[in-house]
Amino acid sequence: MVRVVARTLAEATRRVLGSRRRTGRGPAAAEPAQAGDAALAADLEAAIGADRVRSDAAARYLASRDASIYREGNAGPVCYPDSTADVVACVQVAARHGRAVSPRGAGTGLAGGAAPLGRPVVLSMTRMDKLLEIDVDNGVAWVQPGIVNLDLTRALAPHGVHYAPDPSSQAACTIGGNVANNSGGPHCLAYGVTSAHVLAVEVVLSDGSVVTLGDLSAEPVGYDLRGAFVGSEGMCGIATAVAVRLTPDPPAVRTMLLCFDDVSDAAATVSAIIADGIVPAAIEMMDQRCVRAVEDFAQAGYPEDAAAVLLVEVDGPAGGVSIASERIAGIARRYQAMSVRTAADEDERARLWKGRKSAFGAVANVMPDYYLHDTVVPRTRLVEVLESIYEIVDRYDLIVLNVFHAGDGNLHPILAYDSRVPGADERVHAAGREIITMSLDMGGALTGEHGIGVEKREHMSRMFSEVDLDQQARLRASFDPYCRMNPGKVLPSAHSCSDIAALRASDASGVWG
Amino acid sequence: MADFDEALTAFAAEVGSEGPVCVRGGRTRWSLGGDMAPGTREVAAPAGIVAFEPAEMTVRVRAGTPVTELHEALAGSGQRTALPERPGGTVGGALMAGESSIARLGLGPVRDGLLQARYVCADGRIASGGAGTVKNVSGFDLCRLLVGSLGTLGLVGEVLLRTMPVGEVERWVHVPGAAPDPARSCHTAASLLWDGTDLWAFLSGYGVDVDEDLSRLAELSSGPPEDVDGPPDLPPHRWSCTPSEAASFGSGNGAAGRFVAEVGVGVVHASEPQPARPVEPGVGELNRRFKERFDPAGRLNPGRDPLRKP
Repeated sequence: MVRVVARTLAEATRRVLGSRRRTGRGPAAAEPAQAGDAALAADLEAAIGADRVRSDAAARYLASRDASIYREGNAGPVCYPDSTADVVACVQVAARHGRAVSPRGAGTGLAGGAAPLGRPVVLSMTRMDKLLEIDVDNGVAWVQPGIVNLDLTRALAPHGVHYAPDPSSQAACTIGGNVANNSGGPHCLAYGVTSAHVLAVEVVLSDGSVVTLGDLSAEPVGYDLRGAFVGSEGMCGIATAVAVRLTPDPPAVRTMLLCFDDVSDAAATVSAIIADGIVPAAIEMMDQRCVRAVEDFAQAGYPEDAAAVLLVEVDGPAGGVSIASERIAGIARRYQAMSVRTAADEDERARLWKGRKSAFGAVANVMPDYYLHDTVVPRTRLVEVLESIYEIVDRYDLIVLNVFHAGDGNLHPILAYDSRVPGADERVHAAGREIITMSLDMGGALTGEHGIGVEKREHMSRMFSEVDLDQQARLRASFDPYCRMNPGKVLPSAHSCSDIAALRASDASGVWG
Repeated sequence: MADFDEALTAFAAEVGSEGPVCVRGGRTRWSLGGDMAPGTREVAAPAGIVAFEPAEMTVRVRAGTPVTELHEALAGSGQRTALPERPGGTVGGALMAGESSIARLGLGPVRDGLLQARYVCADGRIASGGAGTVKNVSGFDLCRLLVGSLGTLGLVGEVLLRTMPVGEVERWVHVPGAAPDPARSCHTAASLLWDGTDLWAFLSGYGVDVDEDLSRLAELSSGPPEDVDGPPDLPPHRWSCTPSEAASFGSGNGAAGRFVAEVGVGVVHASEPQPARPVEPGVGELNRRFKERFDPAGRLNPGRDPLRKP
């Protein structure tokens, strides 16, 4: 049995590195429900209500994947809890049946983190989408995990505050998913990623107990367990309520579009802005291919003859905003900017941002499939890093669109391709591996905001030593000694032996049994 | 993966893999979280700045380096970190205590500034958490776990810290008779302190914005705001509250005695200690599990417990 499950893990990895179509044409149907699942589903229905549990193939198929190319997820019964008590009940039933539990939000993740492995009970948190309480005096709001990021920000707008992390998927992604992935977004350059914006989390642990990690005071006692929980990709417990920090809306905002006829000049401008001691709210970069795709798709008003554009936003008190934006314009001109444009009004600002945020959708007009990387490099080395990416991609005869958080060195090279072309998948993955290796060699990191999930799990040992990974495994095991929460993610298989046991238990009555 | 420098490997050798061991920094917060168990061997973390990259806005520094020394080196490039300066206090000590600087309103909490930590584990080996970049979500967040852990999970030897620009203009002002709440509209305020009667503000930013905030403060003041060298004398005990609890101290929190509250933050410096804060049983249990997993023999900084921090 151990061998069988090890085989599935290895196989899963191989398939990620092998080929999968992002567009998912002709998907394999979910495997038929199994004998063990019927008793499990009956118990789940008894616990939270028959209308809150689905075991049919369609529901399980939808719950088996996220927005990554990973297609080997396999969901057991799918539950739709309404409350913390429902979550506790589901976790307890799963534990009684020796089954793992995988939570999911909107499924917009890009690393396979929400793809269930080993037929776990899946908890879809989307019904728990309430804004529970806004406390402007203390700069905090309690929300349920299923609330959509942008809905939260819209609800906060009348109070003159917002929730700072703004992933590109913010119109769909949930706060619970943001907490699981420690998500970022363009404005994290000045404001920090999710971890800096979560004050406390109510969590259901794998034994069904409920704890509140962190609190609303300045310095909670004990270990920073809310810090350890954020970014744990569903492997430490299930967040059922989150206290998020509210950021006051800045008194002034200025959004600028800087256009260059040389990518290196754009990249050098980014480094020079940071080196000048300016911390803009955001610095986003798009190269020519991306600009053209975006213009076709969203008509944001980017000049299509530019080799690269920078979208720079400065916010804060009006005086400083004005000084900083003038200094930025000066730096851009020093690096031969073709044009420096400042959004005249909110409409223009919204249009400039719409272009940036629709970049991934726009890729569909270029090629049917894409593979997106998320490495981070020192932001002083952007010029050489971009040159390396173009060199690698040319060598593999692929198309790359670069659209990324330049200010903090977080690359998002989109390798666009057509997987119907023989050999294309292999070339995409080989190029991807080289981009990862190059980023790590430059002193970088595997992922800046998308997480490790399944997709980058086996790359972890290229960034971390055995000792490092052992320490990470201890963090996870402190929360979940049974390895029953979203098993099989993040840590490479050698460091997730207990996960393999959990997966084996989940598959005890499985297709190989 | 990096090769560790000699200072770090020598520190690991000194820590070894057996017997109780504690790290001596500047001894500025020595009794935080409990007294050291008697007979514990003392070691000191290595000191010195390894690499300061002003254009990257990061600094790699050894844990035994005094924070004031670090900040002097960064000041040459107009930068600083979020770590608090205490006379003699070290980088490692500040991270392990986890207590924020008096300018937390502007600089943020200590926890957000740690990008990478290289530390000696309970078994004497060197581990690394985080990454060498300003953004990273690769794996579980050991850095957040270490900040405030009082050296009970691992002994930090070298860290990479985020730096931030020093304001073009920075001024401490004493604002007699000003109420705390309206002062929160001062966007350049990196610190607002209130003792129930008077307000102190540390303004940091562009000159034009600082001037605007000074006029705002003058309107709130019963007398003209005056430049001062720094914050008022702070009473010895530290309370951790919500910002609105801190604001309520003025209406009489007898238990606190004399106080200086950090407006908008929730830290209150008081002449009396904060009563023990209740800890959920489940959270207490999780804290114990972390300690057991990371330091099964209980050899790292024995006697200290972050649950016993005031």
